[in-house]
Amino acid sequence: MVAKAASSKSTEFGEGANLMTFSIMDFVIFGSERSMFFPPPTSSTAAEVDSLFYFILWVCVVFFIVIVGVMGYCLIRYRERPGVKAEPSASHNNILEVTWTVIPGIFVGVIFYWGFVTFLDLRQSPDESYEIQVEAKMWNWSFTYPNGHVDNVLHVPLDKPVRLVMTSVDVIHSLYVPAFRVKMDVLPGRYSHTWFEANKVGSYTLFCTEYCGTKHSEMLSKVVVHPSGEFETWLENAANFLERMTPVEAGEILYQRRGCAQCHSIDGSAKVGPTFLDAFGSEQSLMDGSRITVDENYIRESILEPQAKVRVGYRPVMPTYQGQLKDEEINALIAYIKSLSEGSQVNP
Amino acid sequence: MIVDINSEKILRDDGVNYLNCDRGWKSWAFTLDHKRIGIMYLAGILLCFLLGGIMALLIRAELFTPGKLYLTEDKYNEFFTLHGAIMTFLFLIPSIPAAIGNFVLPIMVGAKDVAFPRMNLASFYLWVAGAIFFLLALGLGGLDTGWTFYTPYSTTTNSTVIAATMGVFILGFSSIFTGLNFIVTINKMRPAGMTWFRMPLLLWSLYATSIIQVLATPVLGITMILLTAEKMLGVGIFDPELGGDPVLYQHFFWFYSHPAVYIMILPAMGVISELMSVFSRKPIFGYRFIAYSSIAIALLGFLVWGHHMFLSADSPLAAVIFSALTFSVSIPSGIKVFNWLATMYKGSIRLDTPMCYALSFILLFGIGGLTGLFLGALATDVHLHDTYFVVAHFHYVMMGGTLIAFLAALHYWWPKMFGKMYSEKWAKVACLLIFIGFNWTFFPQFLLGSQGMPRRYARYEAEFEGLHRVSTTGAMVLGVGLGLSACVLGHSLWRGKRAPRNPWGAATLEWQTGSPPPHHNFIGKPVLTDPYDYDDLVFDEEEGGFVRRRRRSGSEQEKPIKEPSIV
Repeated sequence: MVAKAASSKSTEFGEGANLMTFSIMDFVIFGSERSMFFPPPTSSTAAEVDSLFYFILWVCVVFFIVIVGVMGYCLIRYRERPGVKAEPSASHNNILEVTWTVIPGIFVGVIFYWGFVTFLDLRQSPDESYEIQVEAKMWNWSFTYPNGHVDNVLHVPLDKPVRLVMTSVDVIHSLYVPAFRVKMDVLPGRYSHTWFEANKVGSYTLFCTEYCGTKHSEMLSKVVVHPSGEFETWLENAANFLERMTPVEAGEILYQRRGCAQCHSIDGSAKVGPTFLDAFGSEQSLMDGSRITVDENYIRESILEPQAKVRVGYRPVMPTYQGQLKDEEINALIAYIKSLSEGSQVNP
Repeated sequence: MIVDINSEKILRDDGVNYLNCDRGWKSWAFTLDHKRIGIMYLAGILLCFLLGGIMALLIRAELFTPGKLYLTEDKYNEFFTLHGAIMTFLFLIPSIPAAIGNFVLPIMVGAKDVAFPRMNLASFYLWVAGAIFFLLALGLGGLDTGWTFYTPYSTTTNSTVIAATMGVFILGFSSIFTGLNFIVTINKMRPAGMTWFRMPLLLWSLYATSIIQVLATPVLGITMILLTAEKMLGVGIFDPELGGDPVLYQHFFWFYSHPAVYIMILPAMGVISELMSVFSRKPIFGYRFIAYSSIAIALLGFLVWGHHMFLSADSPLAAVIFSALTFSVSIPSGIKVFNWLATMYKGSIRLDTPMCYALSFILLFGIGGLTGLFLGALATDVHLHDTYFVVAHFHYVMMGGTLIAFLAALHYWWPKMFGKMYSEKWAKVACLLIFIGFNWTFFPQFLLGSQGMPRRYARYEAEFEGLHRVSTTGAMVLGVGLGLSACVLGHSLWRGKRAPRNPWGAATLEWQTGSPPPHHNFIGKPVLTDPYDYDDLVFDEEEGGFVRRRRRSGSEQEKPIKEPSIV
């Protein structure tokens, strides 16, 4: 309970107090300077989760010491010695049984209640939350902002509750930001929700924690927390990149941002999908045995209907981008892929 | 074999036992003898354990570096899938019930065999068939769904899911057959005088386990059939594209697989109950509470499956109910631990190898159980779910619990099974190495998890490298410990001293017969006594083991069945 009070106070006084209370707590617990258990808490709810964690940890430490103590005592005191027999003693004791049922019962009751109350806070987003749509697919994330901008990095404003409305286009994924102590499964065919309020500017790793196939361990992204005011500027700039940039530049941004980079290299190496290097204008074999030339129409078709013409040596696993990329964006991507080929001048 | 009834001393041994009474491969392949079936199960599950263990070491080796060391991501995913599936379905579930239980249970109730010997043999061959399907999945390659086969990944991925699910389906029947056999055997074949509350506690826990096996396993079978139907026939059950619901699969799967955790841990608890009493030379403390807690765990275990799914769906109410039920199941496990400790109090504790494993079990299972509190609590589970914290937690319960108890049981009944004593010294060294290696491997994983390392990751962020290296190093120590243990037991078969009938001075019936037992288990009728009364068992130099002392010298009267010292 002390830990609870200390850490909720720490969120009010910012980073300095935060570090101090945690270092004191950790010093008390294990004599270390920083928490060996957690990344620093950077959301409004993280400190409360940590407090509960430390409370359970203390309960566990106490019970474990009791177990080890009793066992150690018995092993030394009652070890087998020549000529000494087991002393007659009661083989049951109802009072004792009730005691060691009720006392742990009280502790788990407290843990349950604390976990339950905090959980409700974690699940119920405040009404004034800023809403971002999340779409997960093998193996990347896309985040859609209220103004229609789509990004593969989650940018959020500081000190403002953000509500994520999430769905998946293929299998189950799970969105996890350890720094915020936030996690929620992302399911196909339905929406799930989570929320957080980041209270420290910075960049934090975002993981997928539901196994989703080959590149599950690389389905990472970032959460970038912008200071208030700067978020809005960032969003405006990010949203109109198509107007501000040449198609090739915009295409490169889309290549990074929309998840192409997960499976398609630009250095000639084959990943899950074929490389983009020197792809444009080249002749390739398809799974059905026919051959095609990679041109604008083939690229467009492959983005919108990835399973239609799959190249030999690759699995038909790419999700469709139908309805997710605007025509200008597809044009920009084509321009970018073209720019990666030596012979891109053939078809200017 | 001629036995002095009063002292239980062997006067003449004709050397015929279940191992050498019949020869040739057919005498094993078609045997109906529960002991031989138990031994065949033992050989089978140990092979699977070896296979699963090698995969575990390969996985740990790959995780020595954050990037690629030698496994592609696809291979890594296949390895952890097969490691999990082989260890749970082929090793842990049959480990104590089917291998040890098959051997011990009928002798413990003083019977010639289980109730349905043919069904018992069928159960073994079903296990073999299931194992073959798994090996097929391994050989064909590409099974990469994780041992949980979560939809829609498992129904859309191009891999040998069908072979593996057929394997699980068949193994389910093997498990049901064993469970059914044990229920009937315990109900109908106990000798007069062995009432429910005079049974050894291992029988209580095997009974509780059997109930779960019979009631829960069909659900797994149905789930696997539905999965196969969806994958092969396109029937929409779990895949949202066909109008199904992927979370429904998780409900079905965990409705079996959570009780399955208790299929794995309850027999382990039974073994520990026996050992704590025998090696403390004292009646077990709180017999009734331990017995009832087994049943309580079996029943409550059916009601907690939802705690695997706190983050799967948007129903806080369901999460809260499952969290509460989950905590309720922690209490009976705690009761058992406290009763085991109380059994040691005022005992005369002998640290033979089985007892070393039993103490190791209490510590490791203690950590496993306590860390379950972090996961049962909703708020902390949100952070820890699907991270290495969970990996560490269930390895502490399943490996630190079930595997260690299995090793305890193996070392305890080894002399009875094969008639040979192993080297106590080296067996204890192995036990210590396993204990150290285990903690070295899995304790760092709690920290990895709370720091945010997700599970099932072939590659990871550089910040986690240090702890992963520690864990991998520990895994190698653990591997050496297990290897040493195998060598010690293997060596005893060739060079071991002849085992006495009762090397540990235990009072349950299996120690009244020869080591190894004759084909029909007993020559003559075993003398039923309190299973936890050691007063009359004394060490006999000539025999090399314990014998039952004559209660009144000069009297031919057998010791009367004492009222068990229970509530």
